Amino acid sequence: MNTSRNQFNIGRGTVIHGKWHSQAYLVERLLGRGATGTVYLVNGPDGAAALKFSNSLSITAEMNVLKAFAKVQGSSLGPSLLDADDWESGYGVQPFYVMEYIQGPTLSAFIRMRGSSWIGVLLLQLLENLQTLHEAGWIFGDIKPDNLIVSGPPFALRCIDVGGTTKMGRAIKEYTEFFDRGYWRAGSRKAEPSYDLFAAAMVAINLVYPERFSRNEEGIKQLEAKVRQKKELQAIAPVLIKALQGKYSSASAMRTELLVSLNSETKKKEPVNRRSAVRKNNGRAIYKQKRKERGLFTLAAVLFIAVVYVLYVLTELLI
Amino acid sequence: MKQGTIKQILLLTDGCSNHGEDPVAMAALAREQGITVNVIGMIDDQATDERGLQEIDQIALSGGGISQTVFAKQLSHTVQMVTRQAMTQTLQGVVNEQLKKILNKDTGMESLPPDTRGEVMEVVDELGETANLEVLILVDTSASMKSKLPTVKEALLDLSLSMNARMGSNLFSLSIFPGKRKDTEQLLDWTPKLDSLTSLFSKLSPGGLTPTGPAIREAISQFKKKRSRKGWLSGGDEYIEKSV
Ligand SMILES: Nc1ncnc2c1ncn2[C@@H]1O[C@H](COP(=O)(O)OP(=O)(O)OP(=O)(O)O)[C@@H](O)[C@H]1O
Repeated sequence: MNTSRNQFNIGRGTVIHGKWHSQAYLVERLLGRGATGTVYLVNGPDGAAALKFSNSLSITAEMNVLKAFAKVQGSSLGPSLLDADDWESGYGVQPFYVMEYIQGPTLSAFIRMRGSSWIGVLLLQLLENLQTLHEAGWIFGDIKPDNLIVSGPPFALRCIDVGGTTKMGRAIKEYTEFFDRGYWRAGSRKAEPSYDLFAAAMVAINLVYPERFSRNEEGIKQLEAKVRQKKELQAIAPVLIKALQGKYSSASAMRTELLVSLNSETKKKEPVNRRSAVRKNNGRAIYKQKRKERGLFTLAAVLFIAVVYVLYVLTELLI
Repeated sequence: MKQGTIKQILLLTDGCSNHGEDPVAMAALAREQGITVNVIGMIDDQATDERGLQEIDQIALSGGGISQTVFAKQLSHTVQMVTRQAMTQTLQGVVNEQLKKILNKDTGMESLPPDTRGEVMEVVDELGETANLEVLILVDTSASMKSKLPTVKEALLDLSLSMNARMGSNLFSLSIFPGKRKDTEQLLDWTPKLDSLTSLFSKLSPGGLTPTGPAIREAISQFKKKRSRKGWLSGGDEYIEKSV
């Protein structure tokens, strides 16, 4: 076996025939290439879909994971599996699978366009999905912004690469160093919820450090300092740090605390903004007060005229 | 199938052998005895030696293993990946053999429909998780490797981290070539963890010839020695650290 890149190239208009299920897929264009796989946008019996070629081992393993995902109720993290087959092509027999086509920018691109206030919200979504997955006995493993797509609106976080998904209790096989707690010497590579939660915290870090950075000798201290340095992460920093330290035993526990810190963020904005906000508020308050005064004045005037009128009528009647 | 042990030699080198037996032949010898030989070729940014690359591929090919050339920076990730993929490949070979017997055909997993293939893969996965693994690491310490040794150390610690997250047991052993007086020198006898490696590596003084072939032959005999000593090595948790 060779671990080198899968090189072949298929042009638009090529028809891919499945050997076992005899479905046909018309190639529209290349969607992307990863370390091992090549993914095409195709037109199949049910419309647009994403078709992935890779080596036989990866294809089979990923297909198994997608099948398992289908059984997890309420998890929308991965794409749904539509077909799996072999194509007898000029390149030899090529195993492939077909999945739901997920459209949208990657998480990093989305944050670049829409701003960092989305980090917390999308992290909540990620944690919710992870909770469902963990309850079903799976650990996602290779979580990173390049693998996460924001589809919609309504915006939903989806994952396009499920290759790292591992049964709980086994060893994580696929990971990306920056998101791997083993690399940061912050724990083992055992597939357990805290492994995913560490990676989820690293996703938030990567979003504000798009260039990433490599480890020094300080281990997790380095990460904590990096979190504290960014004002975009200020509100959620304590939650991220706890996740980095492996202190959450479940995604829902982390989600609950994240929610609390996001809700209180609006109350304690960072200093510079706060001053202008206060000034704005003051302005509005003074204006409001003036309006109120004017209202009172009108009311008093009306009452005074009414009283005068009543007195006038009474005096007229009495005289 | 009984609980199996997977035996691998992991060779880390940056170039051509220039002393002793042909390493490709020695890799074939290892394979005959159920030991897979994987090779990691550590390359520099400078133009690489074509002959060296060829040798790397050929050793792995005849040793039934995987070869991969990398820049030093990606070493950690590659070492654990190659080890793991080679394990899967070995297990898949075993499972394929069984399948051939059952199906009574000269065909392997590829001839199965995708769904069945998935079920077989699940079995391979399960085996990979629970199998016992023995890896003999052979590090080239000829002069040109000097600057790469710190990365090698990191990569090996990382390998131990990855493998020890599995349910199955692990044993590692570390030898360098050339040794001080011999072609090969054992630095670390069979041990489940590689943590003690850090202090050993700082004491190394790279230099000398590159006797890759003799190193592989010596490595094969280390697997044998291990068997014969099993009797008194209680539990396998204890390890003996040889002086450098
Ligand atoms: N379901 C999908 N919908 C849309 N685009 C997709 C889909 N699946 C994959 N892609 C595109 O194809 C690219 C490569 O796919 P993928 O990441 O699965 O390949 P890989 O070889 O497994 O990669 P990796 O190196 O991350 O393991 C992705 O970056 C993405 O752009």
